[in-house]
Amino acid sequence: MTERTMNITLHVWRQDNPGKPGKFERYEATDISEHSSFLEMLDLVNEGLIKDGKDPFSYDHDCREGVCGMCGMVINGIPHGPQAATTTCQLHMRKFKNGDELWLEPWRAAGFPVIKDLVVDRDAFDRIIQAGGYITSRTGSAPDANGIAIDKKTADAAFDAAACIGCGACVAACPNASAMLFVSAKITHLGLLPQGQPERKDRARKMVAQADAEGFGGCTNHRECEAACPKEIKFANIARLNRDFIGAMIKAPDDVPKPQPVR
Amino acid sequence: MELNSNEPSGPLEERWTKHRDHGKLVNPSNRRNYTVIVVGSGLAGGAGAASLGEMGYNVKCFAFQDSPRRAHSIAAQGGINAAKNYPNDGDSVWRLFYDTLKGGDFRGRESNTWRLAEISNGIIDQCVAQGVPFAREYGGLLANRSFGGAQVSRTFYARGQTGQQLLIGAYQALERQIGAGTVEMHTRSEMLELIIVDGVARGIVTRNLVSGEIEAHVADCVVLATGGYGNVFYLSTNAKGSNCTAAWRAHRQGAAFANPCFTQIHPTCIPQAGEHQSKLTLMSESLRNDGRIWVPKKKEDVTKKPSEIPEEDRYYYLEERYPAFGNLVPRDVASRNAKYVCDDGLGVGPEVAGQRRGVYLDFADAIERLGQKEVEDRYGNLFEMYERITGENPYEVPMRIYPASHYTMGGLWVDYNLMTTIPGLFAAGEANFSDHGANRLGASALMQGLSDGYFVLPFTVGNYLGTVRELPKVELDHPEVKGAMERVTTRIDKLLNAPKPSKTADEFHRELGALIWDKCGMSRNEAGLKEALEKIPEIRERFWEQIKVPGTGEMFNQTLERAGRVADFMELAELLCIDALNREESCGAHFREEHRSEDGKEAKRDDENFQYVAAWEFSGDVSKPTLHKEPLVFERLKPSTRSYK
Repeated sequence: MTERTMNITLHVWRQDNPGKPGKFERYEATDISEHSSFLEMLDLVNEGLIKDGKDPFSYDHDCREGVCGMCGMVINGIPHGPQAATTTCQLHMRKFKNGDELWLEPWRAAGFPVIKDLVVDRDAFDRIIQAGGYITSRTGSAPDANGIAIDKKTADAAFDAAACIGCGACVAACPNASAMLFVSAKITHLGLLPQGQPERKDRARKMVAQADAEGFGGCTNHRECEAACPKEIKFANIARLNRDFIGAMIKAPDDVPKPQPVR
Repeated sequence: MELNSNEPSGPLEERWTKHRDHGKLVNPSNRRNYTVIVVGSGLAGGAGAASLGEMGYNVKCFAFQDSPRRAHSIAAQGGINAAKNYPNDGDSVWRLFYDTLKGGDFRGRESNTWRLAEISNGIIDQCVAQGVPFAREYGGLLANRSFGGAQVSRTFYARGQTGQQLLIGAYQALERQIGAGTVEMHTRSEMLELIIVDGVARGIVTRNLVSGEIEAHVADCVVLATGGYGNVFYLSTNAKGSNCTAAWRAHRQGAAFANPCFTQIHPTCIPQAGEHQSKLTLMSESLRNDGRIWVPKKKEDVTKKPSEIPEEDRYYYLEERYPAFGNLVPRDVASRNAKYVCDDGLGVGPEVAGQRRGVYLDFADAIERLGQKEVEDRYGNLFEMYERITGENPYEVPMRIYPASHYTMGGLWVDYNLMTTIPGLFAAGEANFSDHGANRLGASALMQGLSDGYFVLPFTVGNYLGTVRELPKVELDHPEVKGAMERVTTRIDKLLNAPKPSKTADEFHRELGALIWDKCGMSRNEAGLKEALEKIPEIRERFWEQIKVPGTGEMFNQTLERAGRVADFMELAELLCIDALNREESCGAHFREEHRSEDGKEAKRDDENFQYVAAWEFSGDVSKPTLHKEPLVFERLKPSTRSYK
């Protein structure tokens, strides 16, 4: 394994809290190994800042395996950066070259207020799940797991949608800051399964109402979400969401769900 | 300190049922009068909080991440065991119990292990009902695979993301309860202290990670489901944020810490690529089902391309040393052998800190036998992940793997009810010690987390509350609450105002990690452990003198969070080595070089002197903990020697 090193110029969005205006600040990352991960490169810059007694920039991350959904920033205009189907934490420096200049920004959306620097508040996603993103099943009361056969194709399709990690890149990529890819992934995951049928229509209405209340926009078919999604959640899920939603509206037009208060 | 396991007596098969039949219940309308704090939102904490909330208790759940769905249970890949016997290959609760106890090298508690096996089937039912998309066969029924050397196919899985799917199931159940108002969720909140009033756990002190505010929360009991301490080694497969702080704070307040030296090193991780690496990534050990592990026979071949090394110059060391199990030997055996061949200078890959730490995991034969398509179907996502991280294509070049810290069997000592030595304080999931003995089998961690969360806690917490009935109300200005809050602020001040601030928390963590990985990792000996025990207090002293944390405590300050966690690892590391030194035997993941078989390769257990749980009590001096022993009694299973030859 040969090792290439590189120097990168970073322009990082610095913002103390949602109330204050933010701005880009410039930092140099020097002698970065191509085998280093993108976040390890940022760690190194921050280590330098700490040693100089300066305030390191904040960014969310946890598992660093691309599955927890905690990390995420916009890198040169693209949520999670240039590599398709890859979270920020799984990005490696071999995808960059010496002298590259990178602009790092937080997810920008009314539904995701900035907490600090590149860290945003994504509680809105949890509240959307609270609104209906589940199958009601009382602990301990479940029938035998093999009681219902589910054909492999359907189970696999449900899994594909269930792979969503709730990172919020879809919202950051959308010109309307719409959360429909996120909502539709859950609608598809649960709606494809027989267990998810009883609450299916209600689920669509409640989740959409909550997404609206959170300040996320509507979907106008830009498909930027699909391109940015690190888990390759399909845009077609939104069609399924629309179908469930419209079906529910026709069936009971006056039964409008009340969204939970937005913090 | 008295260690009473509170196991029910009678036949093993009837103990859990009997325990539930005779336990105390809390009237449904009375449950809302009890507040239960659950720290952690992973499989144990998330499932526990959701179930307790659903029962009607007033639950407060805490997570340091921004959402309960981020807990590190999410990263588990391989699967979850259950004794369903769907494939009709002769599996049973008895066999799952037997395998788990034997796999743990007879250092687990028999009653707990049996209960785990007994509950396993209900977990699968529960998860399927919630919509967890497990893998299915073409006929529509659930698919199973054999995992980690088990001789039956009892592992349920969801591609390589089983942990993710199970956690999302628990997360959705939890969010449902949050929406229903039975659970109050506190995200970006870190527990930094335990509140004890009149000897009973009554609350926690947290730091709001966004505002920096120090908050006290009181309750009728506290559950810690805060995961393991694998990050003590710095490099591990744990998430960056995974830490021992909650458990360690509880330990310092009187909860005994059991078997800290039982740390599992997972054999199939992607090797370290450089000095600044921040974490290691696990590759599911299901890869060992079809991959063949080898290193070059000759030292001069280690830098050659693997394709240039002819078959006769390859050393398939597991297949040669353990012909019956070959590449499927248990985790500890596979890990240790990888270390030995690398220590012998046969390791491959980049040289980091003077050694090549890597062995090949080769799929060439599998591709030839099964075809690339089939290999892709089985391991496609793992191969992709490997390529993303290393830049190498494993269909063409053999993977390189090396063991890494992965799971910790040790943890807070708990009785059969999952209660620690502090009344009212429970520990669940990886945070406790009880079910896996000295070594955890593959696909058993998810099983234990969910067993504790969905099935054990909902009963045992109720049993506790029904027994104590009415606890005196604790106000927020109670001296014990104020004292706990003061301990937290004093400590934060100390972290922010070291006398000679010059080094970062990561620098100290790396130094500590390298030391204990070397002296108290896969292979341990007296001299090395004594050396580590001399060095750790010295590193700790330097830490408190030189730790540099910019900013203040009253802000979003990730550097401060990290420093606090490293400070606790500094203390836990010492207990880890003290326990490893005390345990003069080799068992499971704990391998003492002085205690091995005649041929030098097999571990030698000492049942006569060490068939006990080592539960350490904090004495006030981190370096001098008090040892308490819980003897292990095996009524049903006579301890046998693990042999995988």
